Amino acid sequence: MLIAALSTIVVALVVWAAVINTEGWAAVQRFFLDPAIAWKLLPKVWDGFLFNLQVLAISVVTVGLVALLLATLRTLRGPVFFPLRVLAAGYTDLFRGLPFIIVLYLVGYGLPTITNTRFSPVFLGVLAITLTYSAYVAEVLRAGIEAVHPSQRLAARALGLGYSQTLGRIVLPQAVRKVTPPLMNDFLSMQKDVGLVSILGAVDAVRAAQNAAAQSYNFTPYVVAGVLFILLAIPTIRLTDWYSARLRDREQMGSIV
Amino acid sequence: MSAVLTATDLWKSFGDKEVLRGISLELQQHEVVALIGPSGSGKSTLLRCLNLLEPIDDGRILLGADDISDPRVKPDAVRARFGIVFQHYNLFPHLSVLDNVTLAARVVHRTPRAEAEERGMQLLERIGLADKAREHPDRLSGGQQQRAAIVRAIATDPEVLLLDEITSALDPELVGEVLDLVRELAADGATILMATHEMAFARDVAHRVLFLDGGVVVEEGPAWELFASPREPRTREFLARLGG
Repeated sequence: MLIAALSTIVVALVVWAAVINTEGWAAVQRFFLDPAIAWKLLPKVWDGFLFNLQVLAISVVTVGLVALLLATLRTLRGPVFFPLRVLAAGYTDLFRGLPFIIVLYLVGYGLPTITNTRFSPVFLGVLAITLTYSAYVAEVLRAGIEAVHPSQRLAARALGLGYSQTLGRIVLPQAVRKVTPPLMNDFLSMQKDVGLVSILGAVDAVRAAQNAAAQSYNFTPYVVAGVLFILLAIPTIRLTDWYSARLRDREQMGSIV
Repeated sequence: MSAVLTATDLWKSFGDKEVLRGISLELQQHEVVALIGPSGSGKSTLLRCLNLLEPIDDGRILLGADDISDPRVKPDAVRARFGIVFQHYNLFPHLSVLDNVTLAARVVHRTPRAEAEERGMQLLERIGLADKAREHPDRLSGGQQQRAAIVRAIATDPEVLLLDEITSALDPELVGEVLDLVRELAADGATILMATHEMAFARDVAHRVLFLDGGVVVEEGPAWELFASPREPRTREFLARLGG
């Protein structure tokens, strides 16, 4: 405890001497960390951020559902399902390989053009995020499904449970537990990538910050938007740690060496 | 007595390896039959073919009067009429012991949760695991886990109980508690078909014994007779190897 406190103080002193106590720091403060600008622009950036949250909230559901469907298709057994397996595999290959920004352009500009319709930015954002992230999440889920020992399926089927009952009650709950950390990684990276929907022309946190930065010749609005995204991420990270620890505590005995 | 389970001329191969080569057996109500034989003799495969966990290549299986080897039969419904216990327990680690025990009743037989749990608790009390009902299986010893797995298998009153070398993965000092439970079930009139390496137990509890080797029934007879005076040389050799 004492050692931890001492070492923290020492590190803080070193940081102060090496970073804050320099000439460049004043410039950094002026262009990136101007409190007056930050305070003035917070409401605008916040309004934009609500748009990001909206896209994120819907995407969590749609990505979850589509990923689950893809993972299930990829893990179907038997020659009858070969075409479905190939389709699902092709989809995940395609959208994990395609840069997200290209998906955004194709969806955001391509779709309205070819259908000659106006779509709401929320819809387009959710669609783009879902297309890309369901591919990632499906692969994580598939890894989890395949990591559940076949004897678990066997035991469930022996009790008379059908294929989908076994999947829903035995395989998926165990699969999700096994892959919670990578799943949460994908969720975090999705939280950040909803910031890219500013490309669609919607005024989200990033676009609001961009507008403000252009007017004030100051980068503080970007920092404000960045801080909002970080604040969004922290609870997710802590929640994951807590949840994993709780499961470990409840379902495993002893320590992990 | 009436036959609960009748298997006639079962054949099964994995790839080009023939595991079952024309096995027939009959199981009467309240009868306890032991399957003995060397590893790879087809005991486990036979059990899994009987409750349709493995499809058979040829042969006929009757459960009561129903032909369950008919391809039009729904395997899930058939499996629900069997109970099976595996060597490695295969309890569900993400469910509490009680949820493990009541799963089939709730999901397959659509028993209301309260009713299923009441029955589950009765069974757990009987085997002295009532205080572990809300724990997850990993917190239990191997013997406790296997007893919970047995209770899971009998919770829906199956017509036949299949036991697949249920003591093989246990520490020697835990074998007794599991066998005692099987002995009790047998005394209560359960119909049991068990693959086992516990010869003393088979002699004690089983009414009849089938000796399997190379995918065929080499010899069968009343337990006392088969162990005391095996007719076939292969049976004698197998028993002698275990004894000495």
